[in-house]
Amino acid sequence: MISPEIYREMGLSDLEYQQVEGILGREPTETELGMFAVMWSEHCGYKFSRPILSLFKNYREAQEQGALENAGVVPLDDKLGIVFKMESHNHPSAVEPFQGAATGVGGILRDIFTMGARPIANLNSLRFGPIVGRSKEAARNRYLFEGVVDGIAHYGNCVGVPTVAGEVMFHPSYSGNPLVNAMAVGVVELQGIASARADGPGNPVLYVGSSTGRDGIHGATFASVELGPDSESRRPNVQMGDPFMEKLLIEATLEALATGDVVGIQDMGAAGLTCSTSETASKAGTGMEIDVLKVPRRESGMTPYEVMLSESQERMLAICRKGAEERVAAVFRKWGLNAVVIGHVTDDGLVRVKEGDVIAAEMPANALTDLCPTYHLDAAEPEYIARAQSVDPLSFEEPTNYADVLVQLLSSPTIADKNWVTEQYDSMVQTQTCLGPGAGDAAVLRIRGSKKGIALKTDGNGRYCFLDPYTGGQIAVMEAARNVVCVGAQPAAVTDCLNFGSPERPTIFWQFQRAVEGIAAATEALGIPVVSGNVSFYNETPEGAVYPTPVIGMLGILDDPARRCGLAFAEEGDSVVLLRADSDPSGGLGGSEYLSVVHGVDAGPPPRMDMEAEIRVQKAALWAIRQGLAVSAHDCSDGGLAVCLAESAIAGNIGASLLLRYDDWPGLPQSAIFFGEAQSRVILTVRGEARLKRLERLAAEAGVRAQWIGTVGGDQLRLSIDGEPLIEEDVTALRAAYLGAIPAIMTARKG
Amino acid sequence: MKFGVIRFPGSNCDQDAYFVVRDVLKQPVDYIWHQETSVKGYDCIILPGGFSYGDYLRTGAIARFSPVMSATQEFAERGGLVIGICNGFQVLCEAHLLPGALIRNVGLKFRCRQVQLRVDNADTPWTCATTEGQVLTIPIAHGEGCYVADADTLAALQANRQIVFRYCDESGAPDLAANPNGSMLNIAGVCNPTFNVLGMMPHPERASESILGSADGRRIFESVLQSVQQTGGFVPAH
Repeated sequence: MISPEIYREMGLSDLEYQQVEGILGREPTETELGMFAVMWSEHCGYKFSRPILSLFKNYREAQEQGALENAGVVPLDDKLGIVFKMESHNHPSAVEPFQGAATGVGGILRDIFTMGARPIANLNSLRFGPIVGRSKEAARNRYLFEGVVDGIAHYGNCVGVPTVAGEVMFHPSYSGNPLVNAMAVGVVELQGIASARADGPGNPVLYVGSSTGRDGIHGATFASVELGPDSESRRPNVQMGDPFMEKLLIEATLEALATGDVVGIQDMGAAGLTCSTSETASKAGTGMEIDVLKVPRRESGMTPYEVMLSESQERMLAICRKGAEERVAAVFRKWGLNAVVIGHVTDDGLVRVKEGDVIAAEMPANALTDLCPTYHLDAAEPEYIARAQSVDPLSFEEPTNYADVLVQLLSSPTIADKNWVTEQYDSMVQTQTCLGPGAGDAAVLRIRGSKKGIALKTDGNGRYCFLDPYTGGQIAVMEAARNVVCVGAQPAAVTDCLNFGSPERPTIFWQFQRAVEGIAAATEALGIPVVSGNVSFYNETPEGAVYPTPVIGMLGILDDPARRCGLAFAEEGDSVVLLRADSDPSGGLGGSEYLSVVHGVDAGPPPRMDMEAEIRVQKAALWAIRQGLAVSAHDCSDGGLAVCLAESAIAGNIGASLLLRYDDWPGLPQSAIFFGEAQSRVILTVRGEARLKRLERLAAEAGVRAQWIGTVGGDQLRLSIDGEPLIEEDVTALRAAYLGAIPAIMTARKG
Repeated sequence: MKFGVIRFPGSNCDQDAYFVVRDVLKQPVDYIWHQETSVKGYDCIILPGGFSYGDYLRTGAIARFSPVMSATQEFAERGGLVIGICNGFQVLCEAHLLPGALIRNVGLKFRCRQVQLRVDNADTPWTCATTEGQVLTIPIAHGEGCYVADADTLAALQANRQIVFRYCDESGAPDLAANPNGSMLNIAGVCNPTFNVLGMMPHPERASESILGSADGRRIFESVLQSVQQTGGFVPAH
């Protein structure tokens, strides 16, 4: 007799349990109950988010056409395609940062090569609580930050996939619940895309890769509840990664797929064998029978329940053409990997799990996938929104010294240089990285076997989304697009990772819905698809939910990667031009890093996003770069114009003199001009009068302003308004603040 | 001239080395599987970067026992050209084809960045297309690249001019600030006494095309081509 305590502990509601009994026509076995619980978790079944994700046009269309799995391929040329996806590993990383982050990288990589694509790049988007100070909380956040970076480095470096871009931001809302979003990118021959379908009854089912242990049981269920004081005891729910095994699995899988003898293949990620058997069968309309006694194990005495629910890493399920299984297995064995036939495809639509002759579980494959309940949750605008938005961003006292504020912003961990992080990642392996971390607004890779190249970037500002999730969602997409434009790429497609609190609270669900609406609006305005994504709910601690943080992963395409554009100022005398189509009444000071760092408030409406204007600016910037007019390009974002200019000066190790006029920022105070985060702005540098004229003409044609604001040169960054010098600072001093901030924070604590 | 790139399980710069030889140098090249027992027919063997066998015990400690390493050892002893890059350097030290050892970086963190190298000896098969004192920009990417050796070994390395590359600043000065990992004497690459075996932590295969940020690494491969043309591929043993 199964008591309510048991199924509730596994995460099923009373109603859901009744549905399980209804489907089976009897009480489930323990194994069956565990399989339902994990597949019907939000993490696997998207039971709360699915109705909202249908707002993405191509998700909806793909779902209707039953073509979700291949929706992720973006053609690069007529031969090659790019696949990319992002996934969260927040909860495991909160408990065990090193393994949590490492297995996040491993899991997303498997999603890529399981499609037959060679992984060519990793990115990651990270959020932590504040790391400055002597408090216990800050110490814990530093521990998480260091451990997560170490885990990503350990896994990515060993597996030989370069980590080329990403972002790291810090805010109190992430204390105790960091966000660790890993993105992986692969290149696939359009003719060689592998499918995750178990077609052909009678075909043997091959288990390959690592042995199965007790690690990670109910990891997906763990991801679908809030973090609490007892989360530490969830440590056994966290999987252990082995990047060496993964490297072998990548090479062996690609080699095995090339034989043409693999009918379908799926990695074992969340929900392990349960997910891979039921999803592949369900997709093909077939069934599958496996014997858990044949599954290679690393621990003795494991029950069918444990084998089916284990989330041991670096494992795959491959459905082979009948008679060819030995040939396929031989490839895996050559690479030193397990390859064992554990069952076969059937035609009865059932997933049957046997332990020798005993049936441990038997249920319709689609019961675990398609019959997962879908909930339409209530959404309600939180009260804080109106209050926060009513704050006038211009009502705060002006600072007395703008240079000091600039230095303060440059050394705030969110803005400060992330070399301490990126140097720990191998960003160059595979010799395709043409623009690595910190060199441009996005990473640029050439693609072996193609004339084209790609640009990659992640973006997402939780503070904007907190203040207005719709606008924040739009900005995340538009800023990511602007970033790939600034390196010379045409935005092509988006993946997302949507990090929110508990959807069962209407205010959180409202944030989620509004953010997705914003993302959908922006991607449709740009005319680019959302090709894949991941939803991470329950990012909460007893202190509250994280800021709503949708992270966008953007893919851009360059016709010629050699013509990429970096962000560094280059030569004395180059003109500095502000391309702009901004229209924010407070210069984008609302929700800015300036208000947060200097005045300690997260308030005001976030910067206005006029999508048409934004697209005009992007078009002009891309034209300018493609025509070879730009020496450097950098978008104005966190920290505003002054920080943008300082970053380019620091990168190029050369100063600049900027002569601004109040007339160009009517009615705005200096703080808004320097530090406002008004959108739709890009700083270009241009060499020579002729090119400057061409740029001005081109901008006029595109309908945006190309405002000459000064020249590159000297050892100082100098900004004046109407002739009054307001910021004059040595580049070496700015550099010291910008580069030194994070290393100082992370090494001081060891004293 | 024919190159062979050894593939250990866990090698991850094998393809990069292969592509440089094939696409940049335009020379014939094969992968050599770690279980091969012969390296016959090759003019130069490349031990690539990566994490051979996962490097869970000690970098390179297991790879040295693979069948292909016995063959490589013989090949080297007969004067064949062998270059170990990054993990390959670690394997060569473990196999005692090169003196010294590589331990955790000072600072204990993996570091990936461009560094400057000073050519200390241009009179080797690996550097004959460079000049002594020339500064090359080539990236490093390693967690265990701190070169150590006892005092006698270091003295011998210096006396025999076996130190081929040292980390330096842009002017070529091998000072402490330019040392990314704590290596003794700023050593980035060393040869055996007969100069046919080179180990280096920086990755010349990542710096052989300007689109990747530097083409200086190509000088090393070009040196090999040049020396093989002159000597026929084998450095006479003493």
